[in-house]
Amino acid sequence: MSHNEPNRGEAAASPRIRKEGFGALAYLGFALVAAVTLVLCVSVGSVAVPFGNTVRIIVGAVAGKELPAGTEIFDRPPRRLVRVLCVALTGASLSVCGGAMQGLLKNPLADGSTLGVSSGASLGAVIAIAFGITFPGLPFAGTMVMAMLFAFGSMLAILTMAYKLDYSLSTNSIILIGVIFSMLVSSVLSLIITFAPDRVHSITFWTMGSLAGSSYRNALVLLIALIVCGGVILRLARELNAFAVGEDNARHVGVNVKKVRLTVLIAVSALIGVCVSIGGTIGFVGLVTPHMVRMITGPNHSRLLPASVFGGATFLMLCDLAARTLFNPRELPIGVVTSLIGAVLFIVIFYRQRRAGA
Amino acid sequence: MKMLEVRDLSVRYGALEVVRNVSFSVEEGEWLMIVGPNGAGKSTIVNAISQGADYTGRIAFCGRDVRSFKSSELARHIGVLSQNHMVGYAFSVGEVVRLGRYAYAPGIFSRHTDEDEESVAQALALTGLAEIEKQSVLTLSGGELQRVFLAQIFAQDPDLLILDEPTNHLDLVYQKQVFSLIEQWRQTPGRAVISVVHDLSLALAYGSEALLLNRGAACAVGPVSDVLTAERLNEVYGMDVKEWMQTMLRQWEKL
Repeated sequence: MSHNEPNRGEAAASPRIRKEGFGALAYLGFALVAAVTLVLCVSVGSVAVPFGNTVRIIVGAVAGKELPAGTEIFDRPPRRLVRVLCVALTGASLSVCGGAMQGLLKNPLADGSTLGVSSGASLGAVIAIAFGITFPGLPFAGTMVMAMLFAFGSMLAILTMAYKLDYSLSTNSIILIGVIFSMLVSSVLSLIITFAPDRVHSITFWTMGSLAGSSYRNALVLLIALIVCGGVILRLARELNAFAVGEDNARHVGVNVKKVRLTVLIAVSALIGVCVSIGGTIGFVGLVTPHMVRMITGPNHSRLLPASVFGGATFLMLCDLAARTLFNPRELPIGVVTSLIGAVLFIVIFYRQRRAGA
Repeated sequence: MKMLEVRDLSVRYGALEVVRNVSFSVEEGEWLMIVGPNGAGKSTIVNAISQGADYTGRIAFCGRDVRSFKSSELARHIGVLSQNHMVGYAFSVGEVVRLGRYAYAPGIFSRHTDEDEESVAQALALTGLAEIEKQSVLTLSGGELQRVFLAQIFAQDPDLLILDEPTNHLDLVYQKQVFSLIEQWRQTPGRAVISVVHDLSLALAYGSEALLLNRGAACAVGPVSDVLTAERLNEVYGMDVKEWMQTMLRQWEKL
């Protein structure tokens, strides 16, 4: 085996690491925007709270202190804060999943909602609710595990069908199969409603998406899922760059394409499953946010994915704010707001990109 | 020891056997041209060597079965330049070339080093892309894009370079540039090249060895002058190839 040069990268003595991703300052900037949005969203609602009080409440909640006088509207626990936290974590999770799928499949329209994965996850959750599937000692796990399993199963089924139909996994094939799959899921949901009419309200919740009744435990589960699954996805940024250039090219530069594809699919399915089991189907977040973020960061996943975490959190918090305040006191389901805003934004972005030849 | 040895290679796509019992080898310094009509199995052989297709038979790099290599390990020794590049996103030229260094630091906890950057800078300079390093690949012409992927392979620094129709869709200027660059690259000891080509003139001009394929089977393998004979080409292509090429050449006399 020939080695033409003594130093081929691997043998370098203490090589200096070159960063492709963001520096600390950029992270601070993104975090600041998300934090300001969080304070805004906690402050504004059916009962407004001054910003200063909101900050004190958040700091107090984090430190486990008693609420200051005059902030009783938050109850114990501070419900609006918990809700906004869950919204932020869901937005961050869905956005990072969308960014990863768009890179993995080299398809700008790939996302949990367009692929039918979110529909699959909600079907799993609904089956768990309708048939009372639970795990001993873990009352919440039934819905969550079923949502995760169905998300993964749906993704495998959709991608297999797309491969069979069109080996290149083109945008049109995936979207077509995703739409058909979502319609199939919708029919199955109607079938379940027929057999479990007493669960209509709960089932409607999954299809429209809402984080109104979120708890601290939900926020904790979402945080853990984001750290674990999102962490895995973020660490695969270079591999996703290679996939986004082309799967064959990824293989040629040395990426273990089967292993990386499976890892990303499992991480994405698990994360979408957790999000859907807590907040129902919230569409378009994973589709639109990476597109908007890509305009700032470019397509390199080392920058795109971390920025999508903050961008997704900010986007969904603002959607939730709109859902709570636009028709106050009536509240809209957050999934309806994201679909309305997301669909319009997506058309604008896609149209501009196509015109720019991108 | 031979750099690459292929023995009784067969590849099936479902019921269809697209490559049948093909054997050949490549040694250091050689440039093997894989030639044959459309559907002869040329690109399938490239896929099999680069772990992109299941096969029966044996493919060994420096005596070791290529199936036993980790993906990144194989990429450090064998580089493949595909015929089509459809980049979906606006990556910069530098970002695409930098992917060529992935094999030297694979895995989720590895990152680029200064040495990687030096290799990337050299590859960009060699291919004349240094000035457009930050430019989006979506703004490039087909020829420039092919040079970007050639730079990626140079940054990858393999021992064996496999090119699948490297001048496909390229104009004459770029064809000359690409082949000159590869010829220059091959001059370093310890390197060899395999390329799939349709242009028989290029095969005759640059190749040291040739493998002539027809309908998945090897018709002949050996030195270019022994393999690409008028009789064999006529038989494989079903036409008088030499007469056709000379007719084309005579058109230049009119200028």
